[in-house]
Amino acid sequence: MLETLPQAIVTGVLLGGLYAIIGIGMSLIFGIMKLTNIAHGDIMILGTFLTMHITQSLTGNPIIGLLLTIAIMLAFAFAIQNFLINKVITKGAEPALLVTFGLSIIISNALFLVFGANTHTIPSTLVTTNLIRTAHVSVSMMYAVSFIVAVAVIVALSLVMNRTSFGRAIRAASSDTVMSELLGINTKHMYIFAMMLTVVTASIAGMLVGMTFPFYPTTGTQYLIIAFGVVVIGGMGSLLGTLVGGIILGLAQLVGANLIGATYQQLIGFIVLLVILAVRPQGLLSKAARK
Amino acid sequence: MNNIIEISGLNVMHGDLRALADVSMNIESGKIVSIIGANGAGKSTLLNTIMGVHAPAAGAIRFEGRDITKMRTSKIASLGLAMTPEGSRVFADMSVMENLLMGAYLPGAKKAKAGQLEKVYDMFPVLKEKSAQLASFLSGGQRQMLSIARAIMMNPKVIICDEISLGLAPVIIHDIYAKVKELNAEGITFLLVEQEIKRSLRHADYSYVMVKGRVVMEGKSSGLSREAVSDAYFGINQFA
Repeated sequence: MLETLPQAIVTGVLLGGLYAIIGIGMSLIFGIMKLTNIAHGDIMILGTFLTMHITQSLTGNPIIGLLLTIAIMLAFAFAIQNFLINKVITKGAEPALLVTFGLSIIISNALFLVFGANTHTIPSTLVTTNLIRTAHVSVSMMYAVSFIVAVAVIVALSLVMNRTSFGRAIRAASSDTVMSELLGINTKHMYIFAMMLTVVTASIAGMLVGMTFPFYPTTGTQYLIIAFGVVVIGGMGSLLGTLVGGIILGLAQLVGANLIGATYQQLIGFIVLLVILAVRPQGLLSKAARK
Repeated sequence: MNNIIEISGLNVMHGDLRALADVSMNIESGKIVSIIGANGAGKSTLLNTIMGVHAPAAGAIRFEGRDITKMRTSKIASLGLAMTPEGSRVFADMSVMENLLMGAYLPGAKKAKAGQLEKVYDMFPVLKEKSAQLASFLSGGQRQMLSIARAIMMNPKVIICDEISLGLAPVIIHDIYAKVKELNAEGITFLLVEQEIKRSLRHADYSYVMVKGRVVMEGKSSGLSREAVSDAYFGINQFA
């Protein structure tokens, strides 16, 4: 067991990067609209299926598949935010949460209708390539790419949020909607933009997930739980916290599996989550304790 | 007379309670107009209704002749109406500079950003000193200054101030009113809410007195006596 520990740590950290990019959209939506998006996992898997389908039917290049997927997902984000969530978000958190619950069911059933119950993958040579391979540790190219993309997306998002007028407006809308409106910021538009940012990250995450693991129409729920874990550990709404949360969850799962047994991988991850919740309920990097 | 804001027959309900009853006002362009009233007189409700934060049950609000009664708040702001709400409401987790830049969010204000920033730093040197600090580190008076400065950044035609002097030291209040006069001289119309009669009559060109959601007295400040306003304020004339 001890000789495989370095491998577990390396894979855990890299897997954490993938977890972070899965969770980041959920964290954004919560930070900005105080909305727990139950459909987050399904939205991501929708992106995975779209990328797979477009890649297969067009050039076979997943990057082009991803770009077209993002274009479709942006229209989808506009539609669900403008016509569904924005209609109920002013009535409090619960109605909007129920809307996303409904969306979750609709998306997974629609995927089931179109693609059937079979397991799919997005084929990629990254999976079979190793970045580093020594006697004790090997680093899969796929995991390394996921980690790098996750860090890049998080850095890009924090730059947008902290350095641009658009990012400031989103932050303002999330901290005081009335004051933001008084300054001329249409907060409903900001929510639409936030949902659009979210689906871009979810589409990227969806492609990486689809290349790394097999997926089927109901896989979304599984990733919703991971996204939950990531944002709860890191602190809802904190971008850097998402990365930390992802790495802690990834490490807990793989190191735990290494020490106790692979069948307990999921369980150990969520035990760590519960412990962190008990000790620091606001999350590790959250700015302030929430009431 | 050139009225920039015209309010007619405004009724606002808070649930079953009538917060404003048949309020009509004309705010003349280029003037300082104040609304005097005790807590619960409906002053804040009136300001929030002008800005589209509350929806009226009846009545109309016009800005430069245009009906804004059912307009979205952000749209009203974009027409040239700025408001400093009660309690300043600066963005505590943003720096002083970022708060000011929030005022320059709208396209028109964004173009004038550099000049306006210089202007507010000139008016409030303390904000320049603290420009990189988080707004949460400011004192109450400094937050109020930041709130006004943020409104100025919007390059507005009208600034609506909800109790800018509340809880501030007399020296700072004096300072803030001096700035109001300065901005008014440049052509910005002010609509102020005040609890203190004397201060209101001294600084405003025209005053309205509100009691329990109604306008009970109005007139040029020079023509209103403190005693008469005070009587109206405390509702004495209602029983006379």
